Amino acid sequence: MRLWHEFNKGIIKQNPVLRLVLGMCPTLAVTTSAINGFAMGCSVIFVLLCSNIIISLFRRVIPIKVRIPVFIVIIATFVTTVDLVMAGYFPEIHKVLGIFVPLIVVNCIVLGRAEAFASRRSIISSIADALGMGIGFTLTLVILGSVREIFGSGTIFGADILMRFSYHKFGIMLLPPGAFIALGLLMGLMNKLTKETS
Amino acid sequence: MELFLIFIGAVLVNNFVLTRFLGICPFLGQSQNMKLAFGMGMSVIFVMTLTSITTNLIHTYILVPLELKYLVTVSFILVIASLVQLVDIVLQKLMPMLHQSMGIYLVLITTNCAILGLALLNVVKEYNFAKSLVFGFSAGVGFTLALIIIAGIRERLELADIPKPLRGFPITLIIAGLLSIAFMGFTGLVKM
Repeated sequence: MRLWHEFNKGIIKQNPVLRLVLGMCPTLAVTTSAINGFAMGCSVIFVLLCSNIIISLFRRVIPIKVRIPVFIVIIATFVTTVDLVMAGYFPEIHKVLGIFVPLIVVNCIVLGRAEAFASRRSIISSIADALGMGIGFTLTLVILGSVREIFGSGTIFGADILMRFSYHKFGIMLLPPGAFIALGLLMGLMNKLTKETS
Repeated sequence: MELFLIFIGAVLVNNFVLTRFLGICPFLGQSQNMKLAFGMGMSVIFVMTLTSITTNLIHTYILVPLELKYLVTVSFILVIASLVQLVDIVLQKLMPMLHQSMGIYLVLITTNCAILGLALLNVVKEYNFAKSLVFGFSAGVGFTLALIIIAGIRERLELADIPKPLRGFPITLIIAGLLSIAFMGFTGLVKM
């Protein structure tokens, strides 16, 4: 039951992007299409899961004073792994995500979870926390990516939706302004919906 | 001439915050009032210029000759973290007045993705020493410009009647979107 709670909280109640307002840079930058958002989300889930496990395992060994540099090195190692694997197997997506793959190192979600959760809890609850937060992040990215893709190019995950109705592409949704405005409205919608249910 | 183009490009055309989406966290978090925004901006310009030079030297003289390019992310983040710490200590000793006004921002800068992003962009664009120096400085200026504009708007916004769910971050993001449209007007000013 407690594990379910640790897992569940990341998805809506403490959604990293819409609630905690963490990890905004990749959220805005890579969501030009749903598939890009999904790829970014998966990379973050992997890094979050691995770093949470390692940090939770070593939490009694790491000296308190140097814990932040230690966390950063652990995180950076996994980020480099993701970066190289992605460059090897998915070169196209790697090209689109560009410097935002190595920038997962400074993604506040990963370091924030390491500091606030994994460094003081058991390994099992750290895994649940990492999965919940990661999935919450991925969901937000996929939703934002879908919205921008539907309006900007009339497709979702590359599949045609609006184009058959001779839809006039709303190109600005794919450009930086579209990202800011779409995320702002999504956040407002989330505030409105959760306030009414609670 | 090329250096000037890099400056204009980083400040206006490819503004770090509004077009490249780097450093969004401080952009949203430290923009409630002008004074805060100005302090943060100055610290970022300073640290960005320093980082740009240091990481460039490390990349050209250590990582490339030893063929350790895969360590770029790890080494850069460590360099940035220790550099910020060093600046903090040096300022505290030499200029306690400046440290008092800048100190609180320095801690936040380590996890500012604009700094690491800048270091990585220098590598991607294969800038040499002089270009990295200019690029670092102008990226900081661009960041400060965006931060100050948004802080000015947010100060006025406190008097406005905003729909309740949009208050706080959502309205700031929407304003940033409108600002970003304005900055798109500079596209084509410099061919990068």
